[in-house]
Amino acid sequence: MSLAVQGLCFSRPSGRILSDVGFDLEPGQVLAVAGPNGVGKTTLIRLLMGLLPPCAGHVNLRGKEIPHYSRSALARLVAYVPQGMTGIFPMKVFDLVLLGRRPHLAWRPSRRDLERTAQALFQLGIEGLAERDAQRLSGGQLQKVLIARALAQDTPFLFLDEPTTSLDLRHQLEVMELLRGLARDKGAGVLASLHDVNMARRFADKVLLLDQGRTYGFGSPDEILNETSLREVYGVEVARLSGCGLTGFLPLRASV
Amino acid sequence: MSTVASPEYRALAARLSAVAPEPGDVLRAQGRRAARQRMWLIFFLGLAMGGVALSLFWGPDGFDGPRVLASFHGDNAVASAMIWSMRLPRLAIGALAGMGLALSGCVAQAVLRNPLASPFTLGISSGGAFGAALAMILWPWSAPAIPAMAIIFSLLTSLTALGVTRLRNATTETLVLAGVAVMFLFSALTSYIQYTAPQMELQRIVFWTFGSLAKAGWGDIAVAAAMILIPAPWVVLRSWDLNLILCGDETAQSLGVSVSRLKVLGIVAMSVMSAGAICFCGVIGFIGLVAPHMARLAVGNDHRILLPASAALGVALVILADLAGRILYAPLVIPVGIMTSFVGVPFFFWLIIRDSRRRW
Repeated sequence: MSLAVQGLCFSRPSGRILSDVGFDLEPGQVLAVAGPNGVGKTTLIRLLMGLLPPCAGHVNLRGKEIPHYSRSALARLVAYVPQGMTGIFPMKVFDLVLLGRRPHLAWRPSRRDLERTAQALFQLGIEGLAERDAQRLSGGQLQKVLIARALAQDTPFLFLDEPTTSLDLRHQLEVMELLRGLARDKGAGVLASLHDVNMARRFADKVLLLDQGRTYGFGSPDEILNETSLREVYGVEVARLSGCGLTGFLPLRASV
Repeated sequence: MSTVASPEYRALAARLSAVAPEPGDVLRAQGRRAARQRMWLIFFLGLAMGGVALSLFWGPDGFDGPRVLASFHGDNAVASAMIWSMRLPRLAIGALAGMGLALSGCVAQAVLRNPLASPFTLGISSGGAFGAALAMILWPWSAPAIPAMAIIFSLLTSLTALGVTRLRNATTETLVLAGVAVMFLFSALTSYIQYTAPQMELQRIVFWTFGSLAKAGWGDIAVAAAMILIPAPWVVLRSWDLNLILCGDETAQSLGVSVSRLKVLGIVAMSVMSAGAICFCGVIGFIGLVAPHMARLAVGNDHRILLPASAALGVALVILADLAGRILYAPLVIPVGIMTSFVGVPFFFWLIIRDSRRRW
C-alpha cells in the first residue's frame, strides 16, 4: 500500500532531465526530495502525478501504475501542491480551498464538504483570509491556501512542490509540523521537495538527494545529508552545528 | 476546539474569539455570499423575463399589451398573425442568440484562460458568418448547408484560437490580436463574396454582417434551438471542471479533470453554440464578452451560478438592445448588432484598461 518508483527517466528535446530515479514511500512517512535548483525536483513530482509522461520507468501507487488510474480516481489518492498559481479571474480563498473537495462531490457541496474546507483553513491558520480574493494574497499566504486545498482533498498521499519556499521561519516550521503530523496521525504518505536541508533533516523520515538528474542517495536523513554529500551535490562547504538535540548545517562558502 | 477549561484559558479564548473567526463564522460568511449571489441570479432571470415581456408588448406604435394578449385568444386574426410570424420569432431567436453567445463567451474565457476571449473577439462569429454566406452562394437551395457551414467555420476559427494559446509565450493579448487578424480575414472574404454575389443573395448576406433578428422563421429557430440548447446542459454540467481549469491545467488535472478532453469538447460546444447564434441573425458582437463579465462582477466565478447568470444576462441584453433599436428611430429599425456594439465597445475598452492596470 505505498508508492514505489523505479528507473524513472524523463527527457526534453534539450536533453535528459531525470535518469534512473528510484525510491519508495510508505504511508506514515515524510520523504524530502532535495537537490540544487534545476535538478528536476518539480519534474519528478509532475511525473509522479502523471502530468508528464516518463520516457522509461515505473511509478507504482498502491500496486497500480499511475497511467492506469483515471484522473478522478487518482485525485482521491493523491493531492498535489504546485509552487504557485496564476488565476485569471478573482476567486475567494474559501472557494479555492473548496475546489479540493471536487473529487468527493457531485454538484452541490454538502455540509461536510463546507466544514472540511473551513477546517483546512483553520489547520493552516488562514481562516481570516477566507473571504479574501486569492489573487491579492502574498506569496506565502497563497502557498498556505494551496496547502489547505490539498488538505481539504483528504487523500492518503500528498505531493508538495517546495511548500515552504515563500514562507517565513515561523510558518515554515508550522507547515512542516503539520505535514509531519499528517503522516504520524493520519498515516499519510507525504512527499515534499525542499530547499532547506535542515528542514529536510529535521522533519523527514527519508531523503532523496538528486544530483544532475540522478539519484545521489536515498535513505535516512542522517545517512544522506552530511558534509560530503552537501559538498558534492550543492558545492558548498558546511559546518555541522548541534544544540537542543538537533543537528544542522551552516553553509560556509562555495567550494572550489 | 480545545478542552482546556482553566478560567485563564477561557478568558483568553473569549478575547481571541472576539477577533479571530470561528469555523461557524467562516461558513456563515460563505453562506451569506452564496445567498447574495443567488439574489443576483434571480435578478438577472427577472431582467431577462422582463425584457422578453416588454419586447413582446412593444409594437411599432408603442405599448400594445392588450392587443397582444387578445391575439393569444385568437380574437384578432391580423394581430395574431403579426405576433406569431413577427414578434415571437424575433424574441425567440433573440433569446436563443443571447443565451448561446453568453454561454460560449463563458466557456471560451475558461477554456482559453483568457478574460478577453469571446466568440466575437476571437473572430469565431466572423468565421461562422463567412461560412453561412459561403453556403448561401454555393448552395442557395439547401437549408441545412447554412448551419453546417457556420459550424465548420466557427470550429476552424476556435481551434485556431486554441492552437494560439498553446504557443510558447502567448499572452492574453496575443490571442485577441490573432482574433482580430482572423476577423479581418473573414470580413474580407465576406466582402469578396458580397462583391461577386448576385443581387438576390447580396441582400441576404449584407443583412448578415449587421446582425439582425428580423429574418428568422420558425424552422430556423428550431435549428438554432437545437444548436444552442443541446450543448448548453453539457456545459453547465461541466461547471466544476471549468472552475478548476481557471486555476491552471495541472491543478485541474491533479483534481481529476481530463483537461485536454475538456478543452476540445468545450471548444466544440462553444463553436456550435455561437454558430447557432449567428446562423440566423448574423454577427451580434460583444454579447459573449459583456454578459459573462457583468455576471462575474455580480455572482463571482463559480460556473455553477455564473453560467445561468450569464445566459440570463445575455438574453436580457440582446432583447433589450433589439427593443432599443426598434424604439430609437421608430418606425426605422436599427439592427441589433449595431446596438450591441454601442454598448460592447466601451465595455471592451474598460476591460482592457482594467486588465493592464492590474498588471502594473
